[in-house]
Amino acid sequence: MTEENIFEPIKKVSIIVSKGTLDGVYPGLIMANGARMEGIEANLFFTFFGMDAITEKSMDHIHVATVGNPAMHIPTFLGALPGMSAFATSKMMKEMEKLDIPPVREFIEMIHDAGCKIFACKASVDMFHLKKEDFCKDVDDIITVGQFYEESAGANIIFT
Amino acid sequence: MSTIELAGKQIEVDSDGNLKNLNDWNEETASEIAKLEGIEKLTDRHWLVINFMRKEFMEKGDGPTVRRLTKESGVGTKELYALFPKGPAKKAARIGGIPKPKGCI
Repeated sequence: MTEENIFEPIKKVSIIVSKGTLDGVYPGLIMANGARMEGIEANLFFTFFGMDAITEKSMDHIHVATVGNPAMHIPTFLGALPGMSAFATSKMMKEMEKLDIPPVREFIEMIHDAGCKIFACKASVDMFHLKKEDFCKDVDDIITVGQFYEESAGANIIFT
Repeated sequence: MSTIELAGKQIEVDSDGNLKNLNDWNEETASEIAKLEGIEKLTDRHWLVINFMRKEFMEKGDGPTVRRLTKESGVGTKELYALFPKGPAKKAARIGGIPKPKGCI
């Protein structure tokens, strides 16, 4: 930056992903990847349904919610039709691909390779009866909220 | 208007700190900018990335995203960040004398 900036640049972020829908997952991934692109240190912490994005059996099936999502601008009964969510998801993924936004699995791998640490929330893991083997290879560890705060030392925490 | 000093000469830069004029760039300026960025010596692997960035910019008017770099430059994500720890696309663009890529990925 050549302009005078009186604020300290952000050096580290810890991003929490708590939702398992397409629009619940991607903002956190884009922010984590964007942080690394700017040379900012980053952690990703997945909790509750957000863990779907790092769970082997669900990470390739992240969907847009077409019911209970007023921003879809379609009547609820249409959103509930079979295949509607899959249709909306595939349309959206195509648009994202044009912007070079990768599918979840590829994105998680890319973010991890970029040096961002990836964690699953211990409380959620216990609640859903999951094990380390249920997660994709890029998950570094299952950690408690206390460990999350330790990992976040010096970071801005972002909840999504 | 901002300038940086490269090899004893004042050179104009844009608001991101990247060279303003493509013509001010050559391999020597690249090495000078790299030093300012904390990269002492540009290796063949650095050059592979820098040249790919420049080629993409010349063809498309914008530098590639990190994803495209990963997929097409021949250098994977891990190595990209090892070569350019402060952000591969951003730093390789600066060293390559082109504007910072506009993509979000």
